Amino acid sequence: MTVFLQYLVNGLSMGSVYAIIALGYTMVYGIAKMLNFAHGDVIMIGAYISFCVTSYLGLPAVVSVLAAVVVCTVLGILIERLAYKPLRQAGPLAVLITAIGVSYFLQNAAQLIWGATPKNFTSIVSFQVPAFLKAYNVSAVSLVTVVACLVIMAALMWFTGKTKMGKAMRACSEDKAAAQLMGINVNRTISMTFAIGSALAAIAGVLLCSYSPVLQPTTGSMPGIKAFTAAVFGGIGSIPGAFVGGILLGIIEAMAQAYISTSLANSIVFAVLIVVLLVKPAGLFGKYVPEKV
Amino acid sequence: MSSRILSVEDINVYYGAIHAIKDVSFQVDEGEIVALIGANGAGKSTTLKTLSGLLRSQTGSIEFLGENIMHVPADKLVARGLAHVPEGRRVFAQMTVEENLQMGAYTRPASEIEPGLERVYTHFPRLQERRRQVAGTLSGGEQQMLAMGRALMSSPKLLMLDEPSMGLAPILIEQIFQIVKELHEAGTTILLVEQNAQMALSIASRAYVMETGNITITGTGDELLHNDEVRKAYLGG
Repeated sequence: MTVFLQYLVNGLSMGSVYAIIALGYTMVYGIAKMLNFAHGDVIMIGAYISFCVTSYLGLPAVVSVLAAVVVCTVLGILIERLAYKPLRQAGPLAVLITAIGVSYFLQNAAQLIWGATPKNFTSIVSFQVPAFLKAYNVSAVSLVTVVACLVIMAALMWFTGKTKMGKAMRACSEDKAAAQLMGINVNRTISMTFAIGSALAAIAGVLLCSYSPVLQPTTGSMPGIKAFTAAVFGGIGSIPGAFVGGILLGIIEAMAQAYISTSLANSIVFAVLIVVLLVKPAGLFGKYVPEKV
Repeated sequence: MSSRILSVEDINVYYGAIHAIKDVSFQVDEGEIVALIGANGAGKSTTLKTLSGLLRSQTGSIEFLGENIMHVPADKLVARGLAHVPEGRRVFAQMTVEENLQMGAYTRPASEIEPGLERVYTHFPRLQERRRQVAGTLSGGEQQMLAMGRALMSSPKLLMLDEPSMGLAPILIEQIFQIVKELHEAGTTILLVEQNAQMALSIASRAYVMETGNITITGTGDELLHNDEVRKAYLGG
């Protein structure tokens, strides 16, 4: 039983990282209606920034997280402005290919700046976990990750549900022309979404590398793809969907690794996705809204 | 003397190679209901979209309250007092009725939202009953009311309605036009695009007939109701 709970804890904490990344994916998809495949690489940049600030500048962990958030937010806005905005009128395939291009660009830029040799990332959290929790493999990082994930989701729900800017985002996500007729600046709203998504990516990057300390230019790509899977799993565009999808994916992955096969774990994760999509094509929380005419 | 709210001179709009609006000119004065009638594809909706900045004219000028708005982005026009209720209502289906109305007041200070809601609910009591309901679950008539209420939330100087009767049962069309009349009597200037020429002309101060991108006939609502050409083409003989 203890062993099972340990695996569950692992799954929950990894799932929380996926959920944070998936929340970024889903926010951007919801408003810009595009899959930002460079999202995973923004995570990697965030982790590198945090690494540099702690290792080279010797500043405290909190400062490094803030720096990562700031840099990634600016990066996200820049990527949108330079790569995606000129394609606002283009077809979805052009945008998709551009996103893949941006992804490679970021990976290669990172390789140029920081080299291909993996860096050893030191965890940003280090406090003593009570012994009874330690027995279940609960680490300081996993506690922080799960709490961060819950706080972020709650904050996003509040933001999109209660604030004027958040409601404007939902309006843009439904109908950009109608939103413009309300006086909403659609371009600025899309920028804002990229800023939020990229800030989340920075946090996810730092937490991810606090778990698995190997930091290299491709660090973000697999978690990025898995988080994308999680977002689709939960119903892309839906905030609670991204959360639940991320957590479930983490747990399925951990259980598959523990009880079936470590090397097959990824395949099992994607097999589950396929089954879910066959049964519920819109994902777990994907909304089908009946419209009367 | 009433003052000029909108003055459109010689606008031309293209969809790619298609010349959708050809040298169209017309005016709307304060306190009027001006109707733009014509068949499907005549360019009525395109005209409205050009006025609200969603499409651009290559030539001419559009003056709103004495200022040229040809190059003003769509999202800046609402704050200047131009509200556009688009064809097919375009309500935010996944948001509640009240959230839709709040979006209508996006450019207004927060203090105007409550009085705005009250005003809209007096015109549309149905919306108040359903204010917590998600807009996608409203009936077509209710969605039309919501789209109009949403536009009123911006306290517009000119309310542009695109086919408010589209897809509605006759009894609902009566209701919607009754409300349009009420809004007009309460002081709103209205530019109305309609295929239902009979209804539109019966409430219009003046009207323009559009055919394949041109304005072909103009006159008061009454004149057009009794115009032979209009009767044959749009009023069923």
